[in-house]
Amino acid sequence: MVDVGTIAELVASGEAAILSEWIDLQKKVGTLQTGRITENELVAQSREFLHRLRDGLARGGSDSSDAAYGPARQMLADLSRSRALQGFSPTETATFIFSLKQPLFNVLNRNAALSPVQAADLTWAVTLLLDELGLFTLEIFQKSREEVIVRQQREIAELSTPVVKLWDGILALPLIGTLDSQRTQVVMENLLQTVVDVEAEIAIIDITGVPTVDTLTAQHLLKTVAAARLMGADCIISGIRPQIAQTMVHLGVELNVVSKATLADAFAMALERTGRAVTKRKAAAAAAKGKPIAGKVE
Amino acid sequence: MPTLRTDRLEIRSSDDVVRVRQMARAMALETGLGLVDQTKIITAASELARNMLDYGGGGLVLAEVLEQPGRRGLRLTFEDKGPGIADVEAALKDGFTTGKGMGLGLGGAKRLSNEFSIDSRPGAGTKVVIARWK
Ligand SMILES: Nc1ncnc2c1ncn2[C@@H]1O[C@H](COP(=O)(O)OP(=O)(O)OP(=O)(O)O)[C@@H](O)[C@H]1O
Ligand SMILES: [Mg+2]
Repeated sequence: MVDVGTIAELVASGEAAILSEWIDLQKKVGTLQTGRITENELVAQSREFLHRLRDGLARGGSDSSDAAYGPARQMLADLSRSRALQGFSPTETATFIFSLKQPLFNVLNRNAALSPVQAADLTWAVTLLLDELGLFTLEIFQKSREEVIVRQQREIAELSTPVVKLWDGILALPLIGTLDSQRTQVVMENLLQTVVDVEAEIAIIDITGVPTVDTLTAQHLLKTVAAARLMGADCIISGIRPQIAQTMVHLGVELNVVSKATLADAFAMALERTGRAVTKRKAAAAAAKGKPIAGKVE
Repeated sequence: MPTLRTDRLEIRSSDDVVRVRQMARAMALETGLGLVDQTKIITAASELARNMLDYGGGGLVLAEVLEQPGRRGLRLTFEDKGPGIADVEAALKDGFTTGKGMGLGLGGAKRLSNEFSIDSRPGAGTKVVIARWK
């Protein structure tokens, strides 16, 4: 059985050499080129980790899950998480650990006090240990990235489904992006809640920003329309672009709902249905006086 | 028939269906398809990928930009190792579904493509190939 504690002593006595070789290797693979981390930070991180690793080696043996390695693992977890958020690649992140192999091997093999067999045994022990810590780093990296994705998904789901009140009793729901099942649920609930809250008569669902309407999207739309109807609001669908309309015909889906080319057309129709109309006041006044008003918004 | 570019994607979750549409869009642009043709093949891809996910337990999509004398096309192959389809003719009929769908996807994908072939045997899986030419 090799005494890993020997490595701790070698790390302590050879710290300066290990550190400079390790940092050179990290620079060589481009850790600094990304510009996400400064040389000072890299040096500080490397030195701190080397100390923590040394403490682990001194008391924890070759088992990286031993409590003595706790501080080293904690630091790796923090580093990995922050690099994941900063946009480092998995390789760039794991390089931190894996590039430490070479300097440690060199220290072991240059040491005259160790027999070749001892040096080989210790080298093997270091390899296993750093591999474990490297995998740990990647695992944390992966988890952090997944957390980011989940958070973004939740943000997108909430952000992109606003229900807009256009007029008394008239709501608009501008849909943007993919109508996957998770988002559709939010969209539907938001719309129905607002229909109830403002006692809407008409809801305009605008799909100008929906890139693809397939059978699942169509089904979601139809369910939303049916539910709104039960709550007392009629729906108008607007913004069906020509290529989408053609595709829907081939697909065989029929949205048995009133549809209008643009949100503006749908709004005009909604006003009309609720007994209102938009007229051009200024233009009418100008026409009465016989001269047009140039550049004025009507 | 020379292949100008290929791309592939595994379908394991509904996020992958979004990715298939993005891949189909990129390859359709590469093929030089117009807006209507792009939309058609992207929608067909969406249907077939979701079928693979819902009924085939997931699978693999292969996209190829093809060149023949005087024309270019996009071919998409959807292959799964799921339970297969017992009666393909029935499955192609509008309104036929064994799930909660509208039963329009498979037949719709056929109508949206210039070429369509399906090979499915119960127990062995399903392979659907579609193509859209410029
Ligand atoms: N890859 C597949 N593996 C096994 N069965 C399939 C596969 N693709 C389709 N099917 C079967 O064919 C039927 C019809 O498919 P189709 O896509 O036309 O309708 P759907 O998926 O049920 O509903 P929709 O596509 O309208 O949402 C499915 O219900 C299913 O039983
Ligand atoms: Mg389907």
